[in-house]
Amino acid sequence: MKIPYYPGCTLKSTAKHFENSAIESAKKLGIEFVELPRWNCCGVVASLADDDIMHHLAPVRNMIRVLEMNRDGLVENEKRLLTLCSMCFNTLKRSNQRVKEKIDDLETLNDFMYKEEIDYDGSVKIIHFLEILQEMGFDEVKKSVTKSLKNLKVAPYYGCMLLRPKEVGIDDAERPTIFEDFISSLSAKPVDWHNKSKCCGSFLTVNNKDVVVELGYDILTNAQKSGADIIVTTCPLCAFNLDNRQKNIKKKYPEFKEIPVVYFTQLMALAFGLSKEVTGFDGNYIDPIKLLESKNIKV
Amino acid sequence: MPKKFIIDKKSVDFFKKISELSGEIITLCDQCGTCSAGCPVIEEMDITPSQMMRMVMLGDEDVMESKTMWLCATCNTCTVRCPRELDVSKVAEALRQVKLRQSMDKLNIDKIPKEELAELPQIALVAAFRKLTS
Repeated sequence: MKIPYYPGCTLKSTAKHFENSAIESAKKLGIEFVELPRWNCCGVVASLADDDIMHHLAPVRNMIRVLEMNRDGLVENEKRLLTLCSMCFNTLKRSNQRVKEKIDDLETLNDFMYKEEIDYDGSVKIIHFLEILQEMGFDEVKKSVTKSLKNLKVAPYYGCMLLRPKEVGIDDAERPTIFEDFISSLSAKPVDWHNKSKCCGSFLTVNNKDVVVELGYDILTNAQKSGADIIVTTCPLCAFNLDNRQKNIKKKYPEFKEIPVVYFTQLMALAFGLSKEVTGFDGNYIDPIKLLESKNIKV
Repeated sequence: MPKKFIIDKKSVDFFKKISELSGEIITLCDQCGTCSAGCPVIEEMDITPSQMMRMVMLGDEDVMESKTMWLCATCNTCTVRCPRELDVSKVAEALRQVKLRQSMDKLNIDKIPKEELAELPQIALVAAFRKLTS
């Protein structure tokens, strides 16, 4: 299956190991990510003001690229746009919903983009990689597992953008299970914990680091108290706040013990027996390798 | 401390402006406090999200001086829990927009230490500048 793929800015830089592990794991499952030609930044955050149409331009332009890919035969009748990053997923999906609901806005946007060869018609569907896996069946994922992770207790961290608001979420906003099902399919043990969808502070990490440190401390210690060895995420911003910011947490709370935070696709690549170049655990701030080896999992 | 508030043309105009920008029917708010109860950053705020809603409902422009709207990271926890299906995060966005559209930026790139800038991923920087600058 060939599917249009939107990487977004961070997957091409600090989260390169997220992209690599996703692409290679997907290949094992017979899914080929076809990167959008000439994709542009989605804007990271959804435009919320009712009169602000301008900031929907960037997301909608990416959807026009999907239509072009279908026109040019890069994919065959596949109007789903796959995302890995939760922020991109949320922003693209919310913009798509807005222009579908407010046809006048779509007309304004299309008029403004008169140089584009195709008008956007609202026909693209934004989809997250976890949804594709769920759709093909987690039993299928299970079949590709060659390395057992049965000793590993994993805390799924949904964060905000995969679940909220409800009309965008990939699962129930309060009681999601998709991430747990995914972890189980990899033979690891999902941990139930109450901070799985608590906000990490998002962009406040730029101007309000202390807030992010407090939130991170609460989220991470809760995961540890719930028995987790490791946390998995789908968002490069959460990853920065929960992984890299452990340095700042440790400074404020010296008794704090570090816990590795990895992308869900890294864990998948590991379970699929892919090479260490693909799993890319050297890209994480808190080293997960020592922990994995202590659980008899060879990286 | 109780405060006497007189509703006049100025307050009505302010209320209408925030209603328009947010696209929300703010008077639907029951003041039940569910948004405040679930807010992950409430401890840092000077007024709670429900107090923010109440002030907007009255058209009290003092709400513009509060820190609350700048601390909302749009996590949407309140949005999914509001029994009146109000989107409080859109009201916070509307309040921010009133300031930002007067070019009153909340974030100054010169004030971020260089070593911090080098460390921050672009997803954080783009999001922060989209939310906190005009």
